[in-house]
Order: sequence, then structure tokens, then C-alpha cells
Amino acid sequence: MKKNNPPKKDLERSFNLWKKEKYKKAMENDFYIQKEYSTVSGRKIKSVYTPLDLENFDYLKQSGFPGEFPYTRGVHPTMYRGRLWTMRQFSGFGTAEDTNKRYKYLLSHGQTGLSVAFHLPTLMGIDSDHPLAEGEIGKCGVTVDSLADMETLFNGIPLDKISTSMTINPPAAVLWAMYIAVAEKQGVSPKVISGTIQNDILKEYIAQKTFVFPPKPSMKLIVDTFEYGTKEVPRWNTISISGYHIREAGSTAAQELAFTLRDGIEYVEWSQERGLDIDEFVPRLSFFFNAHNDFFEEIAKYRAARKIWAEVMRERFGAKNPRSMWLRFHTQTSGVSLMAQQPYNNVIRVAIQALAGVLGGTQSLHTNSLDETYALPSEEAVTIALRTQQIIAHESGVINCIDPLGGSYFIEKLTSEMEKEAKDYIKKIDDMGGMVKAIELGFPQKEIADSAYWYQQAVEKKDKLIVGVNAFEMEHEPIPLFDINETVAKQQLARLKEIKKTRNNSQVRERLRDLKKAAEGDINLMPFILKCVKAYATLGEIMDSLKEVFGEYKEPITY
Amino acid sequence: MAEKKLRVLIAKPGLDGHDRGAKVICRSLRDAGFEVIYTGLRRTPEEIVSSAIQEDVDVIGLSILSGAHNVLFPKIMDLLKKKGAGDITVIAGGVIADKDIPHLEKNGISKIFLPGSSTQDIIKWVKENVREETPK
Repeated sequence: MKKNNPPKKDLERSFNLWKKEKYKKAMENDFYIQKEYSTVSGRKIKSVYTPLDLENFDYLKQSGFPGEFPYTRGVHPTMYRGRLWTMRQFSGFGTAEDTNKRYKYLLSHGQTGLSVAFHLPTLMGIDSDHPLAEGEIGKCGVTVDSLADMETLFNGIPLDKISTSMTINPPAAVLWAMYIAVAEKQGVSPKVISGTIQNDILKEYIAQKTFVFPPKPSMKLIVDTFEYGTKEVPRWNTISISGYHIREAGSTAAQELAFTLRDGIEYVEWSQERGLDIDEFVPRLSFFFNAHNDFFEEIAKYRAARKIWAEVMRERFGAKNPRSMWLRFHTQTSGVSLMAQQPYNNVIRVAIQALAGVLGGTQSLHTNSLDETYALPSEEAVTIALRTQQIIAHESGVINCIDPLGGSYFIEKLTSEMEKEAKDYIKKIDDMGGMVKAIELGFPQKEIADSAYWYQQAVEKKDKLIVGVNAFEMEHEPIPLFDINETVAKQQLARLKEIKKTRNNSQVRERLRDLKKAAEGDINLMPFILKCVKAYATLGEIMDSLKEVFGEYKEPITY
Repeated sequence: MAEKKLRVLIAKPGLDGHDRGAKVICRSLRDAGFEVIYTGLRRTPEEIVSSAIQEDVDVIGLSILSGAHNVLFPKIMDLLKKKGAGDITVIAGGVIADKDIPHLEKNGISKIFLPGSSTQDIIKWVKENVREETPK
């Protein structure tokens, strides 16, 4: 391979000549379109990348073949030729009936996996009749207060045939228990059901902010789910270690990569301390990344992620099972990059971002809808979002070969750069004493706030242009919006009242008591949570019992 | 005589946990010379009003992205009036539908900054529209 490239000295000389005589000379007559050529994260990009950028590139060590260590090119040997990514639209609104209808619509139109968006009260572990739930019921996701709602949500959906991802964090164990119970009622064994619970508390403290308990008991509960999943629900991804929210909160791509991976390391360390076998539970850890602007930076980010995780698992943790080294991930296109001005432009943004996710080798993908800066997706808008994925899959040709951008001087160089930056951050957090400690010190939160502020300044100074917002502005017709009104609240409150009346209340009280007692000790809480859920204890009641033992997290107020 | 700095309370009502915008606004207002107090997440109307009065602010900025504004904002405005703090200027931002704006303005919200607003717009508006109370 070296034979075809001239020796390094000659290439360097030619490149410098090109730069001086051709590039710089031409730039003198051209006009600068941008003040600086950099990504949305502020990473400077050179004019052109050449073999000089890959001077010491060792293909087998840095790239490998698809499905082989270090998995830079993809975790499976066949990738999309063997199986397309799962088209998994995050969805949920109003009552469980409303959302059940939307799920059936999406599945009938080619969606291949479900993804549940719960409303804010559920995310925070409170019921619809809690005072803080007022005005919030059914607005940001589907209303789930008890197993009864979960049964309605999956009514007519065969849980042995479809996998479901649930975006839920502090109450993840509870919603998971509800799902397991619904499947059992369908005659589907927990050994067979497939899906994911987000269940990633560290990024809540860092970015998404739906936290309830303090770090120590939260981590304990998460390790319980790893332990339980390994034994009882083997096809389930017990966590979706997320960078999406970290990025949405304002981080750079490198910070998203670094903090996500370091969160992963933290979960593995805490589990190891409990005595869990790495090669048993790690294969079911999954990840979740953002697909933001800067097309190439995102592709490099995913590739670097796979390489770092594989090496960390093998070298830092001594994993032997190849499955422990596979970084499998879901991707969502960036919500924060969507603009309210000229909303149809969002279709293009999403298409480009989704393409980056696919070229980066994602296992699962959600594409945002054009109207999501205003409201939850209308049926029309979510259909376009789904079609975006289908067009990429079936018309663009990008799935024909695996990791098509591998070998590009630019992509390989960018992958290395991101790898180095992420490793530096990981080391920094290691030196602080780990991620829980770093969070206590406010480190990732501050990095994110600084990056967010920097970006806003850049946009206001027009160093970064956003079409329709600070460039190419124009008036436009308002678009039709999906509306969730207060009748949802009325319905849900009536339903909740009915459940509380008709269930066996002494059984509920007894099981909540057992849960509370178990939470005071070291025992795995999943069986106790399952018992509560099956008696139709509400989410709020279960979480309150745990709050009494675990306490509540108070976030330090900074900006 | 040095001009007294305008005091601003940036508040997050309801369950919404999106704080990127609120924090960026806090910082830019501080950099523009205002005294800024941030309430932190998930504050009830009672807590917000109580903080506003305690901190003796001239402006309250409400940040909300969850869709609960039609229920929570009127509550906040009512409470402010009841507690004799109806003279505090209240502005808002986040995800608020155009069609909701007239109703919110009727309730006393002075200005709503929709997505795409710049921090400079907000600073300018506050400087031009809010006069700090003359010392009692």
C-alpha cells in the first residue's frame, strides 16, 4: 500500500506547494464565506485532508474489519446488508388509548420498533392527581399512572414480536416491571421480550434533569436492573447510556462522546463492585447518541465511540466476551437544531442528520418531525420523518457497503482526533475520582453551560448561521399544529380514581410496605416492584415509598 | 450616584427540566449588568412569587417548554397580585404557541420571547421597558 504513495518528504513538499501556490493564491481572489471553517462544536477543519494525515494509520489496529475488534467500522460483520437499523420513532401523547392508536399507525407504515415517550409527571415518578401534575397531563408524552394504563398502551400489540424502548429514568424499574407484567398477561415470557429502558441517571444530573433520588441509591437501583435483566430478561437492554441529552443541553460533540462513555465506565465500575460478572451484564448495555449538525463530525464521533468502548472493555475491564466490547447505539436527530422559523426547512435538517447516523453505523434511529419546535408531532409530520429513514434505506444506496466513509483521509483523521479528545476528558474525570464525583463537583454541567453560552454568542454574532433565523429570514404561513387539551387530564383523573377504588387496597398497602422494607436493605428490588405493580399500586405510590428511604436529590443552583 | 442594578428572577415553573435557555439568559443578563437570581428547576407558583418578593426583583422571566404555561402562568400572575407584587414586570419564553399569547398577555405577561429570540433582544427590551422602583 505504501508503494502507491510517494515518500512522505515528497508528499509534504507537494502539499506545501499546493497550499501556497494554488490554495492561498485562489483564496486571495475568492471571498470568504465564513470567518472560520469549523464545526458546530467549534472544531477547526482544514481545507483538505491527504495521506499525510494518516501517516501512521494501522488499518487492523485502528479500524479493523466490520464486526472485528476494535469495531470502528461497525459492531456486526454484515451491518445493514444483514439487517437494517430499527426505525424507532419516539412517540407518546395524551391518554394510553391515544398513543396506542399512534403506535399502530406507525407500525403499519413501516416503523420496526416502538419507543415510548411518557408525560412529565410519569418521568418524575408522580401520578396525574399530584398537585405538581396540573397543566402537564398528557402534554409531553403518554399518561401512565399504573399497570392499567400500560395494558391499554400495548393493547393489540404483540410483545413477543415487537421490541420497545422506554425513555424513563428514575422510575425505569417500575415501568419495566409494568411492561413485563403486560407481556405476561399476553402469555409472553420475560425471557422472550425485547427492548430497552433508558435508565441512565448520571446524564440526568448532568443534562436531562429528570432526577428524583440522590446518586448512591439511584446507582443501586440501576445495578439491580442489570442483575435482574441478566437472569430473568436476557433479551432486554437494561440501560441506554445517553449522550443525546448532554448534546442538547449544549455540549460539543467531543464532550457528548466523552461524558457518555465515562458514564458507561461508571456503571460498569459500580456493577463490578457489586460482584456482577462483566461478560454477563455488559452485553446488554446500550448507548444513545445525538445526530447533530456537522455531518462529518457526527460520523467520526460514532466511529470513535465504538473504538474507545471496545478498548476500554478489553483493556480496562478485562472483558473476554466480544459482545461486551460492542457499542450498540440508538440515534436521534437533534431536537435543538430544529427551528420554528420556516419549519419545512427542518425536514432537510433531519434528513442530513439521519444520514450521518446511518453512515455512522447506528443500530436504531429516530428522526424528528418538522413541527417539533412548536408541538408534539402531527400524523403528517411524523410520516415524513419515517419516510426520511425509508428513503435513506431504500433509495440512497448508502447501505450497499459497510462503513462507506472508512478510509477517507478526513474521516479517519477526525475519528482519531475525537478519540484523543474523549480520552483526555475520560482521564480528567478519572482523576477527579469518577463521574459521580465529577457531577458533585459540577464539572460536566459547567463544561456544558460554557459550550451552550459560547454557541449562543456565536449565533448572535453571526459566526454561525442558521437559515431562517439569522440568515435568509422571511415571513411564513403558520403550520397546522397537534394540540393536546385538558380533556386528557379529566379522563385520566377519572380513570385513576376508579383504579384506586376497585383494586385490592390492603394488598397494595402490604406490597408497598414490603418494598419499603426491602429498599432499606441490600436486596434486589425488582421482584418487590413487580409485586407492587401487579397489585395496581400507582407509580407515584411506589416512588413515594422509595423516596421515603432514598431521599430526594437537590440540585445545586448554578448557571 | 451609581444607578441601582435591575434585579431579575429567572424562574422554571412546573415540571419542565429544560434549563439550557434559562441558564444562557441568566448569564447574558448578568454580563449585561443586571443582578440575576435563578430559581432552579421545578418551582411552584408559590415558590416563584415568594422568591420574587424576597429577592425584591424588578423583573421575573418565566421559562417553560412543557406546554403547561396556560395553567401555570395565570396562577403566578394571580398570586403576584394577591401578594401586592403586581408591579413586577413579567416576561416569558420557551415553547409557547402563538395562539396562547393574547390570553397570556391579558393575564399580565408583558412580553413573550419565542424560539429564535436573541439574548440581545431580551436585554434591550428589559432596558427599555423596565424602570427600577424609586427607593421607598
